Parts: sequence; C-alpha cells; structure tokens
Amino acid sequence: MAGHAAENHGPMAQFEIKRLVPMELFGYDISFTNSALFMVLALVLASGFLIFAMNGRSLVPSRMQSIAESLYEFVAGIVRENLGEEGMRYFPWVFSIFIFILAVNMLGMIPGSFTVTSHIIVTFALALMVWVTVTLIGFARHGVGYLKLFVPDGVPIWLMPLIVPIEIVSYLIRPISLAVRLFANMMAGHTMLKVFASFAVSLPVVAKAFPVLFTAAFTGLEFLVSFLQAFIFTVLTCIYLNDAVNMHH
Amino acid sequence: MDPQAAKFIGAGLACFALIGAGIGIGNIFGNYLSGALRNPSAAPGQFTNLLIGFALAEATGLFGLLIALIILFG
Repeated sequence: MAGHAAENHGPMAQFEIKRLVPMELFGYDISFTNSALFMVLALVLASGFLIFAMNGRSLVPSRMQSIAESLYEFVAGIVRENLGEEGMRYFPWVFSIFIFILAVNMLGMIPGSFTVTSHIIVTFALALMVWVTVTLIGFARHGVGYLKLFVPDGVPIWLMPLIVPIEIVSYLIRPISLAVRLFANMMAGHTMLKVFASFAVSLPVVAKAFPVLFTAAFTGLEFLVSFLQAFIFTVLTCIYLNDAVNMHH
Repeated sequence: MDPQAAKFIGAGLACFALIGAGIGIGNIFGNYLSGALRNPSAAPGQFTNLLIGFALAEATGLFGLLIALIILFG
C-alpha cells in the first residue's frame, strides 16, 4: 500500500479491494484479491501457530503451548457454559470460527494491512454459514418439532398471533444482526482511526500531538474491540446453537 | 434542495440511531457496575451476559449507521 503517491488516501481507501492475481471462471470474477490474501494469511498463521505450539505436547506446557491451551480453554469455557458438556461435539466448529475471526481482526490491526471483516459480504457469509448450520442442526435433532421454538411456553393463547410473528422475524434477522455487528464495528473503528490520523496532517504544528496520542490510545481500544467482536460472535453462535440443541425457551 | 445535500443530511439523520445505542450501552455497563459493587462475588458470572447485552444494544444502533453508509456509498 505504501509508495503509491497517486493513490487515494481518504479514510475509506483502506477498504478497497485490489485484484492481485486476476482470474475468471465461467464469466465470474474469481480474482485472488488482497482480501483473499489476508484470509489465507490468517488461516496459515492461526493453524501454523496451533500446530507448532502443540508440537511438543508436553505435560508441563512450554510458553507457546500454554498460549494455545488457554485459547482452547477459553473457547471450551464458552461452549460448556452455553451448551453444556454434550455441546462439546460442536466445539471444533465454534473454535474454528473464533480463531478465524480473531486472526483476521488482529491482522487487520497492523497498519497498512487489510481488514477482511470490514466487508459486509465476508461477515454475512460467516453469519449465514452459522445460521444455516444451526437451523439444519435444529431440524436434524428435533424434526418439525424445532418449529416450537417460535411458540414460547407460558404465553396466553390470544397473544400468539402477535408473539409468533415476532419470534419468526427475530429468528430470521439473526444472520443480518450477526453480520452487521461485526462488520460495522470493524469498519467504523478503522475509519475513525484513519480520520483522526489525518487530523495530524491538517492541524497546526502545536496541536499535532493530540491526534497522534488519540490515535495511539484508540488503537489500543480497537485491539479490545477486535477481540470483543470475535468473542461476541462466538458467544452468539453458541447461544443460537443452544436453541437448536437443547430447545428450552 | 440539491439532491447531494439531501443525501448528506439523510446520512446524518440516520446516525441518530447511535444515540439509542449510546444510552443502551451506558445503561448496561452502569447497571452491571452498580450490581457488581453491591455483590462483587457474583459479578464474574454475569460477565458473559454483560457482553451479550452490550452486543445486542450496539447492534440496533449499528443498523442506523449501516443505513447512513448505504446512503453515502450505496
């Protein structure tokens, strides 16, 4: 990204998709873009780290191994808390989602890099994958009885015409809210950093320090948000999964 | 009115949704903190619920921000 003098440097320029290896298949543009590059990078780094860290498999963990183990324990804690012990069969899936989102968010925090999750199509694909999987699991486990999810217990019968549509809409809106939350947080945060960083250029010399300090402080906050959004995505995945697996309302 | 100006005004108005998100997030964290100060031993158990509440409150505001972005760049 650096070194192109003629490039656009607005706050939105960082989200631009660039074709690195142009490709076309049956009339569709399937170019290898910078977005795809960072997804592959996140995948390689995350799985490389986990494989390398767990290579020793010693009883007394090394420093690397204890990082990998605490990552495992962290996600396992979320799954156990929401799904119970039998929910651990879905653990690999939840763990993959968490690690992938965490890795792309953290890679995006490197100045000049690309944040994959700042594009709604990426987060929407992730959210839709979660939603479709959860719905399929629900129907596989409970059959048509899964539709009882839309009929909460203890609601008077005359309220049903109101409650059932609300429940159905709130179920259908899940992938959208899951996607928008991750996307908007990442995009808004990165845009804000860029806007405040640009103030350092436009302000007079005496005031230049303030936007720089502000940007430094908010970069720290953005790291927290990056982690928090990966965490929240995982927790909500577990909650939706719990609806499908255990079905008590 | 110039359509371009109307577009920007609309995008600004759509950002008002974030007022609600601010109030909601403030409420959640404020109430969590007051509860946690009353009964600190029960606080860590509710941390996940805190973050879920935070996420749900924030999402409603972000829908408004999304509308603003669609108006500006869509």
